[in-house]
Amino acid sequence: MTVSAWEAFWLLVQRELRLSFRRPEQLLQPLVFFLIVTTLFPLGLSLQLSLLRDIAPGVLWVAALLSALLSLDFLFKSDADDGTLEQLALSGHGLTVIVAAKTLAHWLVTGLALVLVSPIVGTALGIPVGAFATMLGSLALGTLTLSWLGAVGAGLTIGLRRGNVLLSLIVLPLAMPLLIFGAGATDRAISGTNPAGALYLLAALCVFTCTLAPFAAAAALRITLE
Amino acid sequence: MWTWFYKLASPPYVYRVAAALMPWFLGLAAVTIGYGLIGGLVFAPPDYQQGDAFRIIYVHVPSAILSVTVYTIMAVASAIALIWRIKVGHAVAAASAPIGASLTLLALVTGSMWGKPMWGTYWAWDPRLTSELILLFLYVGVMSLRSAFEDPARGDRAAALLAVVGVVNVPIVHFSVVWWNSLHQGSTLVTLEGPKMQSSMLWPLLSMLLGFTLFYGAVLCIRVQGEVLQRERQSAWVREAIKS
Repeated sequence: MTVSAWEAFWLLVQRELRLSFRRPEQLLQPLVFFLIVTTLFPLGLSLQLSLLRDIAPGVLWVAALLSALLSLDFLFKSDADDGTLEQLALSGHGLTVIVAAKTLAHWLVTGLALVLVSPIVGTALGIPVGAFATMLGSLALGTLTLSWLGAVGAGLTIGLRRGNVLLSLIVLPLAMPLLIFGAGATDRAISGTNPAGALYLLAALCVFTCTLAPFAAAAALRITLE
Repeated sequence: MWTWFYKLASPPYVYRVAAALMPWFLGLAAVTIGYGLIGGLVFAPPDYQQGDAFRIIYVHVPSAILSVTVYTIMAVASAIALIWRIKVGHAVAAASAPIGASLTLLALVTGSMWGKPMWGTYWAWDPRLTSELILLFLYVGVMSLRSAFEDPARGDRAAALLAVVGVVNVPIVHFSVVWWNSLHQGSTLVTLEGPKMQSSMLWPLLSMLLGFTLFYGAVLCIRVQGEVLQRERQSAWVREAIKS
């Protein structure tokens, strides 16, 4: 039976989603981590909501980046460990399609979940409801971009013993523009100025990585798998 | 016409060329850095606003410019190595990374030493400082990734890919940190009206820039020889080269 590239893409997305929902703890852990990290900041800094509101965008975004980074670990890991990834690479569909499907599915269960949880964190940090739309939009764009960047980093560090720390070392510098624009947009929305500029730049970065990162991640896998 | 280019893919040829070029680079670097240091630290007049403290630019500006240039060279060598599978490219990239990282660190340290008397603080979250710091992180990432693999050939290729991904990111990082208002002074050397600097200050600076570049060339030649020897240690020409 031959399957076209599109069909292979969607089949793989479905497979990834099904696998993720059968291991719900893998889904929940990054979210709980996100909540715990954001709890640390008020405990360490101050209880005044007015002060919290000033630092809320930064706290929210740093916590989101760290949580998304944590979840990158299981993007390729289990498939690389049991040899599924090699079988997929041999399937003849091109690693780019496979990487794109896996990364998209990964974002749907980690990034999107994080976006959906963020209003709880936002409320706790004193972000006004009026800024929620910007916060959700910027987080959605930012986590999707981070998933693509992370796919490159995760592809490069498959099979390394201390790969986890190295993954952060590689991906975080590349993700710094996301933090600047994402936190910037949220900050502007809170202070009542127009956040459109920062959001457009985030969207541009997202489109840029969506188009180029699958190829880079496939090249990374080709290096580490052979 | 392209034969010289093909020859550069051959490790023994590169080894010999690097050995032959090294003394020239080193000698010329000594001359230009010597002139730049004397001209900049002794003969150039003190700045009307910054006094003698401005003289740190004779180290700061060349190292900052080279820190970015070396990263670009590293990425280009990596791309050549990945695309045409030329192993010497990996040797050049591996040899460049520590030099570039040191230059980045030097630019950061001299910048903060200059910042204390001028801005009153060692560190400010200024766009150029921050992008220089991120550049240092990128260098560290490339170097750690290369050394993390047990198989050196695989480490080379992984680090090469990361260097190429990083070089695409460098302008993005730079323009994203320009988002904040800048404390750093604007460019003095490259403007539409030509350099905005007195010639007695300018010539030593240009000489230092040339000298730093030549010094990088000299250190690169030494390190490339080492990298090539290590990568080719099983082959016959290395045994002969070491014997002679």
